[in-house]
Amino acid sequence: MSKDVKFLQGNEVCVEAALYSGLDFFAGYPITPSTEIAEHMAVRLPQIGGKFLQMEDEIASMCAIVGASLTGHKVMTATSGPGFSLMQEALGYAIMTEIPCVIVNVQRGGPSTGLPTNVSQGDIYQARWGAHGDHAIIALTASNHQDVFEMTVAAFNLAETYRTPVILLFDEVVGHMREKITVPEKEEIPLVERLRTSVKEGIDYHPYLPREDGRLPMSDFGGVHRYNVTGLYHDMWGFPSNNPGVVQGLHRHLVDKIINNVNQIAIYKEYYLEDAETILISYGSSARSALHVVENRRKRGERLGLLELNTLWPFPYQIVREKCANAKHIIVVEMNIGQILRAVKRAVKDPEKVFLANRIDGVFINPDDIRNIIRFIQGKGA
Amino acid sequence: MAVKDYIRERFFPHMWCPGCGHGIVLNSMLRAIEKLGMSKNDIVMVSGIGCSARISGYVDFHTLHTIHGRALAFATGVKMSRPEVNIIVPMGDGDALAIGGNHFIHAARRNIDLTAIVMNNRIYGMTGGQYSPLSGYGIRATTAPYMNIDHDFDVVELAKSAGATFVARTTTYHVQQIVDIIQQAILHKGFSVVEIMSQCPTYFGRKNKEGSAVDMLKRYKEITTPIGSKAKKENPDLIERGIFVQKEMPEYCKEYDKIVEMAMKGH
Repeated sequence: MSKDVKFLQGNEVCVEAALYSGLDFFAGYPITPSTEIAEHMAVRLPQIGGKFLQMEDEIASMCAIVGASLTGHKVMTATSGPGFSLMQEALGYAIMTEIPCVIVNVQRGGPSTGLPTNVSQGDIYQARWGAHGDHAIIALTASNHQDVFEMTVAAFNLAETYRTPVILLFDEVVGHMREKITVPEKEEIPLVERLRTSVKEGIDYHPYLPREDGRLPMSDFGGVHRYNVTGLYHDMWGFPSNNPGVVQGLHRHLVDKIINNVNQIAIYKEYYLEDAETILISYGSSARSALHVVENRRKRGERLGLLELNTLWPFPYQIVREKCANAKHIIVVEMNIGQILRAVKRAVKDPEKVFLANRIDGVFINPDDIRNIIRFIQGKGA
Repeated sequence: MAVKDYIRERFFPHMWCPGCGHGIVLNSMLRAIEKLGMSKNDIVMVSGIGCSARISGYVDFHTLHTIHGRALAFATGVKMSRPEVNIIVPMGDGDALAIGGNHFIHAARRNIDLTAIVMNNRIYGMTGGQYSPLSGYGIRATTAPYMNIDHDFDVVELAKSAGATFVARTTTYHVQQIVDIIQQAILHKGFSVVEIMSQCPTYFGRKNKEGSAVDMLKRYKEITTPIGSKAKKENPDLIERGIFVQKEMPEYCKEYDKIVEMAMKGH
């Protein structure tokens, strides 16, 4: 059978993967460099009877997808830095009310309007802590279009599995670059569908009463069961409560459902790690340059390896620690002032052996930027 | 169905202050729904934050209590993804027109079939009496201790110019009119705005020496008049009550069905 091979922009791949995942509702607001996602959604969604909405701002976009998800749809919005900032309050609402949704942030330079058309990976911690209050979050990224497809599908699957928002942290290079993609066959990647309640019509349904396995079955809002949803701390009926036991129970549940499954959520790739003395850790488009360096050096017999992270949050501390246990040096390759560097330093036994190869000037990090750090570590000067 | 069957009795007594107008709005709204013969399953209520927004907790409908100012944006997502439901969006004046002002005008512009009820007490009650965009010039509030220099705007005029296809105003004194207007607003296919002037004796009344809740209610009788009345011609300062706009225009969800049809043909 011939494969479905296409030559697409990363943003288009994200759209195709979302549709593959069963998305049928999108709301967004134009912003560089994510706009192509909205444009392609506007074309593709009505073709399948789905809904595309261009809202008045990113706040409204985020609110609209949460409303639509609650009625039983797979939903997404896409934005970039400033728009992602505006979405944080409604993102917190989706976390608190446990409404599955996918938010794409095609990162550009910041803070503020920053560098609209240039690449950056500066929103890693905003994805982690952008919404106020204690919470956990899932954030995925990708360095190439095949992974953009797979991570987008994974994002929808994780959102349904854990009833939580999932953030896709792409970057301008991945979003705008065109490269080959083999579109997976139907059913080639398993899809996680909405877990719906088996409670019959006319019988009380508790929207926040977990099953034995801890999962919370949903009932399509506006359908056969009447219930309340609120961003206040709430009991199993979904009604507001400030009972300390209820508050602590929900608080722990929201965090534990994600951090207790950190290893199941962790997606990563290993390149030549078995005997690596120097390990590069990278993600997103930066990982392309990192891999280039590793493969070149391997040809010369140098023991370099690459750990490419697809899951950034929850950060796979244990996995990073184990993979780096025998490394003499670790170099984090990213386009910010060292955001994942912080997490890696927390993960490994000896933070002193962790170095940073980065760029923060809006220019894509190239292999020479990484080579310079390797030379410095090897005592060959900068 | 009796009015009390529409409420979640276990959450009473409600949290509104004695004399608050919001209970009158709740009562009148339920009577309107009862008169329409609608069942509890027929209504979705989406609210934001504030005293007014708490109304969604007291009714046994499908209820979504969201974030401040964004109820209409959430409601747009619910309506577009489930067009068959009737959605009522109760909002306060600050909720609807300060933080939520942008969503208000854009929902009106789209003419999406939502019933927006603005419970206008001209004050932020839940946070303790700060001035709102509807307080008006010269009013006192905790954040306008000398006097308010912000001018208010007219909800009706704003809704009209933003494109709402049903626009009405009444007050908590005129309970029969609330019942009548809300019925028509729910039946209207398009974006409906109902402004209900609702007294806040605790903050607005106290700060502005308007007396008790009863005094404030009586004042609504004195300062308002039916649309186009003789009294209005004699005294232009009177605030008009009634239905200002009621027109048929293509509704947003129906319009989107056309897009789906076009896209599917071309595919």
